[in-house]
Amino acid sequence: MTADLSVSDSAIALSGPLTALGLGELWPRAVRAARRGSGKPLVIDISGATVLDTSGAALVLAMEAAHGGEVSLKGADKRGDELLAQLRKALPDPNAPLPKADPVPETGLFDGAKIRIAFFGETLLALQALPGKLRFLRGADFFRIADRAGLQALPLVLMLGFLIGMILAFQSAIPMRQFGADLYVADLVAISLFRELGPLLVAVVLAGRTGSAFAAELGTMQVNEEIAALTTMGIDPATMLVLPRVAATVLVMPALTVAMDVAGLLGMMVVLMLFGFPVSAISAEITGSCGPSDFIMGLCKGMVFAAAVAMIGCRAGLTAGGGPRAVGEAATAAVVGGIVATVLLDGVFAVMFYRLGL
Amino acid sequence: MPIITVEGATQVFGSRTIFKDVSFNVEAGEVFVILGGSGCGKSTLLKQMIGLLTPSAGEISIAGHSVRREINAVRRDIGVMFQSGALLGSMNLLDNVSLPLAVFTDLPPAARTEIARIKLALVGLGDAVLRLPSEISGGMIKRAAIARALALDPPVLLLDEPSAGLDPVTSAGIDHLILQLRDALGTTFVVVTHELPSIMAIADRCAMLDAKAQGLIALGSPEELQQNTTEPMVRAFFHRETL
Repeated sequence: MTADLSVSDSAIALSGPLTALGLGELWPRAVRAARRGSGKPLVIDISGATVLDTSGAALVLAMEAAHGGEVSLKGADKRGDELLAQLRKALPDPNAPLPKADPVPETGLFDGAKIRIAFFGETLLALQALPGKLRFLRGADFFRIADRAGLQALPLVLMLGFLIGMILAFQSAIPMRQFGADLYVADLVAISLFRELGPLLVAVVLAGRTGSAFAAELGTMQVNEEIAALTTMGIDPATMLVLPRVAATVLVMPALTVAMDVAGLLGMMVVLMLFGFPVSAISAEITGSCGPSDFIMGLCKGMVFAAAVAMIGCRAGLTAGGGPRAVGEAATAAVVGGIVATVLLDGVFAVMFYRLGL
Repeated sequence: MPIITVEGATQVFGSRTIFKDVSFNVEAGEVFVILGGSGCGKSTLLKQMIGLLTPSAGEISIAGHSVRREINAVRRDIGVMFQSGALLGSMNLLDNVSLPLAVFTDLPPAARTEIARIKLALVGLGDAVLRLPSEISGGMIKRAAIARALALDPPVLLLDEPSAGLDPVTSAGIDHLILQLRDALGTTFVVVTHELPSIMAIADRCAMLDAKAQGLIALGSPEELQQNTTEPMVRAFFHRETL
């Protein structure tokens, strides 16, 4: 049996089970009928209702509100009367508009910058105070982080490096061949990898894998009040949580950069060998055009990128708001912030090295 | 006619038996409390009752449907409030409460909103309908979770620790709400708790589990359990004695 209504001159009769599961089709008809009857007294007859739950009672109240005038209820049993009375009492005003939500204040650009600078300062202070707080550091944590950030990222870095080396070599070899300069592709790819692409691409991989993981991990700890618990125990979260992560990321960065460089050179060599150049000629070109300074410069840049990516990831996690959405937002902020900071720092390094004549 | 029957419910994890051979009935319109010390399996038994955990042995049925074999039918007849509230953090309270209505009914959106608004008003949250769970207190989260469990007016509501972690006033408010809803809607409540004041205030009957006995050690009204002097754990629980 389904809920139904019949409309007479000044009465609307509802019958059947007046529950949420049976009101879908009836609700708009009943409310429309009540609205049409406005201007004269209306009787809502629920004597034919077999069940009346809060959804059915809500329909009666909606009909009363739609009618807007004098409405009397007929046929409600004692429990129905009590339920309707309870709902009327609970509702502030059936015609009142929905209360407006208080928007959560967004962090402005200036405040955001202040938070970032403060976090950077706190991390430096934690580093300065580290000798006296070594007991807060856990070796196992450091190695776990280093393993996740370094060793587990190695296959991805090797694959990316090899493919980038191949693509770069192939794309540049075709136009350079027109001038008979295709062997110089080795110089181009080696310099690009050592000075720019190696550290830059590894930093992007770190931002995507490690920075976001730091943000999610620390963000969850923040949401679960674990950070607050550490603080109340007198443990500085920057010392226990941030420094090991930054240190581990900075230490694995040179190894990953070397892996990226080597894989890229191998990719390039495969393409040039397919073009008919012997390995000895390619090696001679690389050693002739790149010095140790190019290689070391890339490694140093990479370590700074790694520190920035790790700190941005940790900052995003530690400043996460409440609720599970905050963790997702922190992870996004870590990836976006890490990549943007890496590119900005790379620009700064480019200007600096140019001014220094390196 | 009982609305819930639990027959020989047993839960074993590996070599560890949480409880075995737990049997009881819950009558319609009753507030039935499952109580016991920490780790006795109260929440595990509740998870069996709502189909989140399959009993290692035994059978549970709700409103004539077997939880093991007819879980979809059972889910239409029950509302559940989890210990943490388990409100969806990305939705405001109104959306949280109207979610079951959107899933199970063909009500138009305006009707769903109106019903959800009334449910929230019923639990005293009429002014907070557009707030996110992260913006409200623990007591408000519990009340909103009850409103969501009530969304479809199910005949059975199962509440896991509804007053845990709340101040006595808020806790008493939740107890009052349970009794009010039982009286107004005739809903059957199964409440898992170890809060003695709540048990004395709301329970028609109680089942007490014990970790050491690995099962049910007492069944009856709270007054009967309070007068039970033969079972040391029951006596200790109701008279706050040490064992």
